[in-house]
Amino acid sequence: MRAYRALLHLYPASFRAEYGAEMCAMFARRRRAISGPLAVVALWAETCGEVVFNAAAGHWDILRQDLRYTARTLRRAWGFALTAIAIVALGVGANTAAFSVTDFVLLRPLPFPESERLVKLWQRAGDYARTELSPANYRDWKRLSTSFEQMGAFTPIAANLVGQTEPQRIEGAAVTADLLPALGAVPALGRLFTAADDREGAPGTLLVSHRFWQAAYAGDARVLGRHVTLDDQQYVIIGVMPRGFQFPTRAADIWRTTRFGEQDFESRTDTYLQAVGRLKPGVSIAQARAEMEVVAAQLARQYPKENEHIGATVIGLRDELPRQSRLLLLALTGAALCVLLIACANLASLLLARALGRRQELAVRTALGAGRERLVRQLATESLTIAILGGALGVAVAVAVVPLLARLVPSALPIAQTPSVDLRVLTFAGLLTALTGVAFGMVPILRGGGEADLGGLREGMRAGGGRKERLRSALVVAEVMASVVLLVASGLLIRALWSIQAIDPGFRADGVVTVRTALPWPKYESTAKRETFYTNVLANVRTLPGVSSAAYATSLPMVWRGGIWTVGLDGMPPDRREDRSVSLRFVTPGFFATLGIPVHAGRDVSESDTFDAQFAAVVSESFGRRFWPGRSSLGRRFQVARRDRVVVGVVGDIRVRGLEQDSEPQVYLPYKQVPDASLIGYTPKDLVIKTSTPPENLVPAIRSIVRQADVQQPISNVRTLAEIVDMETASRSVQVRVLGAFAAIAFLLAGIGIHGLLSFAVSQRTSEFGVRIALGAQRGDIVSMVLRQGALLAAAGIVPGIVLAYAAGRAMEALLAGVKPTDGVTFLSATGLCLVMTVAGSLLPALRALWIDPVRAIRAQ
Amino acid sequence: MYPQWLYVPLVPTTPDSMLPLPPSTFHILVAVADDDRHGYAIIQDIATRTGGELKLSAGTLYRSIQRMLEQGLIVETHERPAPELDDERRRYYRITPFGTAVAKAEARRLAQLVKMARARGLAPERS
Repeated sequence: MRAYRALLHLYPASFRAEYGAEMCAMFARRRRAISGPLAVVALWAETCGEVVFNAAAGHWDILRQDLRYTARTLRRAWGFALTAIAIVALGVGANTAAFSVTDFVLLRPLPFPESERLVKLWQRAGDYARTELSPANYRDWKRLSTSFEQMGAFTPIAANLVGQTEPQRIEGAAVTADLLPALGAVPALGRLFTAADDREGAPGTLLVSHRFWQAAYAGDARVLGRHVTLDDQQYVIIGVMPRGFQFPTRAADIWRTTRFGEQDFESRTDTYLQAVGRLKPGVSIAQARAEMEVVAAQLARQYPKENEHIGATVIGLRDELPRQSRLLLLALTGAALCVLLIACANLASLLLARALGRRQELAVRTALGAGRERLVRQLATESLTIAILGGALGVAVAVAVVPLLARLVPSALPIAQTPSVDLRVLTFAGLLTALTGVAFGMVPILRGGGEADLGGLREGMRAGGGRKERLRSALVVAEVMASVVLLVASGLLIRALWSIQAIDPGFRADGVVTVRTALPWPKYESTAKRETFYTNVLANVRTLPGVSSAAYATSLPMVWRGGIWTVGLDGMPPDRREDRSVSLRFVTPGFFATLGIPVHAGRDVSESDTFDAQFAAVVSESFGRRFWPGRSSLGRRFQVARRDRVVVGVVGDIRVRGLEQDSEPQVYLPYKQVPDASLIGYTPKDLVIKTSTPPENLVPAIRSIVRQADVQQPISNVRTLAEIVDMETASRSVQVRVLGAFAAIAFLLAGIGIHGLLSFAVSQRTSEFGVRIALGAQRGDIVSMVLRQGALLAAAGIVPGIVLAYAAGRAMEALLAGVKPTDGVTFLSATGLCLVMTVAGSLLPALRALWIDPVRAIRAQ
Repeated sequence: MYPQWLYVPLVPTTPDSMLPLPPSTFHILVAVADDDRHGYAIIQDIATRTGGELKLSAGTLYRSIQRMLEQGLIVETHERPAPELDDERRRYYRITPFGTAVAKAEARRLAQLVKMARARGLAPERS
């Protein structure tokens, strides 16, 4: 019998209470009527099936009823329903969007098998924790280490693809044969590289990306064995990588082998390889790091001249992520949580107010025999319905917003550009919705629904016990607090953005169009041949309408941050290597004029700076300040790029490494003063044009000029210099906009919260105010009472809010670009805004209190 | 007795709008048509009348009863039989005038169906 009674717990409690006893009696009677174990088993089997079925049906009946009732009540209180749904949608939407980006970048495993075992290896040289490896050091690291199951290396490449239609510039990587297996990559078609493909003199073999395969070969399986010409060299396609394989960056379309020969291993200072290792199972990154330090030290002893200052850096592949990107995302997540907190507080407050307003209805229903369980269930259905509708709307908002957040996905990771809203993200959204609906929807029910006593039936009752109003006050205080934090955080970031945008890059970006024509080697090994090309192109470009000047340079500022050389100076102590780093570029005459870089002394590089003339250099002001402080730099000598150079000009400094980073002093060398087949990485490839014509009108002309100079030469990377500078602050701008939107939402919600609470309080106290006025209280006193309550709420939220905001500011100090986390302007504005919000929120309730007619207020009692 | 407004559904309903009735509902109405009965008696009455073909389970019975109470087809009566025949756990149910009307409408509907079937030779002639 006890078993049967337990079974009855499957039924809704109200049903059990009503019919349980009779059902037990009935079961007892049936049980008595049978004998024999078989019959008993049959009875139990039948009973179990019957109870499960009927209990489920019973719950379903109630749910249907409750949903119908919910639909009716929400239709009637549509203002409340829409507000509540919108609040949940904002909270869930903001968090789903933030989570989808954060999860994508920080949490989700990288798209390689057992990606947690993948590490990146770098040389540590002086102040630079991550520099590339030389092939010789890579070979020795690989040979001497035992922590890794596999190790491979690569260097990013870009090459001119000729023979299709228009010549094309494509990106990819030159890899050692063991790199792709170390990543765990499997080709979609064909095969990966073998050791034989990676030998010196081996025929060129090529793997292509899925995207390239689709675009160039329309997904034809007969692509294997096709020949391709890249930078004048023949390659045969041996495989297609699967869709979504992106390494080292998402722009990679081709992979070829490095095919190192003995001469490649001669220099230990020619560093351009990045190494990837797969740790042996059970080996930690720390262990690998320790081992590699030992290996590096051993090599430093063996090759003291080149390797003396070379250490090893080992970091997880995912940890390649710049610290700033990580912080940016964490700040975003924090802000989203603040919005959620506020949304939940607002929802709870709204539901509480509604529960109070419905006391009479609930009391009637209780009086009519509805059990507490049924009432709670009904109210729970209501808040869950609101939560689910709001959650669905929130997911829709997130789906719409996520593509806008793509800028927050750093390009340093080998993952797709745009996170997608997938099952994982939807699960998160579902959990959030459930949390919002259950946790914050149930609180008011448990506090309000259970107390629906007959007191609610009394005429003229004074609803709203002090306890509930205190709870609502606490919720409003929390909202104000969270919005102060958000306002301050976004204020600080806006100030940081402004201060970065105000940084002078050292050049004038407006009206400068840039185009890349990367000349392939060995075709353009000869300096004279390159010179002909540049002269042809520049002469023609300068005649285009609207063009005032044009030049070629090794690279553009803020695009290529490398090209760091150590200069040699007579009389400098030899052990201060790091102090002698400079950023080196080869340029044609006119570069400074085109970029608006001022020439402070001496002259620009000139066409007469030929290989036979004296080797010249133009340096930036900071170069002179560092090496010859207080003296003129002109005419002084130093060594760089394997030659002695004389300073012929001094120009203004530019931000080569970007707006936020300090740059090395700059050295510009004449493009003709380089021996044939030397310094391949410094071949001028970026054409800069100062023009009043929009780039899209210029491109066809440039294309045909380049075609005239070399029919096989593609042009690529067409963009304005202003776009390049904007890219510097792009992710910040997006983040400021997102945080700003969050802060605005929070601000609005908190304002609504204050308004709702005060309106409710005023409506509850109408008769009290009426009596006070009748007894001679000034209306001004009544208004100031209401305003005082609002101000108290605001103050109670603002004070702890400021403390938390300071903590948040400290946590994201690295993002603030020098703006102090105690920035007075920001804190004052945030506080001021909150006060304005409080006044605005209190205004209507205060006016309502002002207009109370004492006669009517008392009569209503 | 409960006042009329408690068991009349909030949305005014006509007997015809309740049709067709679930078989269990119809059987329960028939069982309480002539006399107030408690749950177990209803099950037994139905079983007897159908020659044991329809045996309602307790769960099905009380779910039907709960719904029929809400629909105003039956009411719970507080008139109890003589104490020696009574078990205080039992609840007795009585058909309402609305319940009677609904049962009659359902019977009419069923008769109509049989008549149509008979016209096409699908049912035996009335003996």
